[in-house]
Amino acid sequence: MTTTKEKIARQFTAALPFCSALGMRIDETGPGMAALSMPYDAKLVGNPDTGVVHGGAVSALLDSCAGTAVFLHPDGVMPTATIDLRVDYMRAAKPGERIHARAAVYHTTRTVAFVRASAWDDDADHPVATATGTFTFAQAQNEEVKP
Amino acid sequence: MSNGKNESLQAIKERRDTALKALIGRVPYLDFMGISFDRRGDELTAVMRFDDKLIGNPTLPALHGGATASFLETAALIELAWARAWEAMEQGVQDPEEMAIRLPKTIDITVDYLRSGLPRDCYARARVNRSGRRYASVHVEAWQDNRSRLFAQATGHFLMPSKDG
Repeated sequence: MTTTKEKIARQFTAALPFCSALGMRIDETGPGMAALSMPYDAKLVGNPDTGVVHGGAVSALLDSCAGTAVFLHPDGVMPTATIDLRVDYMRAAKPGERIHARAAVYHTTRTVAFVRASAWDDDADHPVATATGTFTFAQAQNEEVKP
Repeated sequence: MSNGKNESLQAIKERRDTALKALIGRVPYLDFMGISFDRRGDELTAVMRFDDKLIGNPTLPALHGGATASFLETAALIELAWARAWEAMEQGVQDPEEMAIRLPKTIDITVDYLRSGLPRDCYARARVNRSGRRYASVHVEAWQDNRSRLFAQATGHFLMPSKDG
């Protein structure tokens, strides 16, 4: 079942100019989790010799994915901002492959959400990058989320 | 060709600008992001021109965290590669190919978002805190209108390209 929040997230993320400039799409949503992906594109190449996508584009996907997961946390209210995000690059993404990311909120306080995320191409067992981040979080006062 | 005292100021400037161009001119993502570099001697300032597509929150509006992260990582990478190229030039290497224009690889980067990025141009300067044979540690600061009011900073670790690939 898709909740109101999930519907909002799908529309909202798609409407963010930077996300649409990178061609991101939401593949999966759930309480405090999100999966996004982004197609390979020649304009995102960071290394012209190998055709590998720039790390910054992968960071952008991970940041968007993590932010969406925070938004989808059942206890939270509207928008969130990244406080900090650490990205570890495990290996180069394969040129030509779509890049997928999945993020989950693993802890929240009244003010902060803690998130883990990872990104991969066609080999989900060997991530391209992983990330941990903290995001601003405003806990709902036991009321329905009003968009 | 000489690298000595007889080289004209114009020739020195041209040589340095050519080297910088060789470093950044071939990266498609920099074009896409609207990132360029100002050079004053060996000091680089990264510039990201504002564009509507960099927005992440249209209601504020604010820059997307991913755009900011991309900008900081780029500033760090180019500074690191530039520092190497500069050293090579000072030692008399003339050929940009020989200056090893291969970019380092990012191992990790941590971005602190200090305030929201406003819809205007961004500037960044990177400082190489440690540059060894294999690993380097770089700190970057980014601001918009006021140099003293940073909107983001980052620390990253990088793997230097080895000479033999």
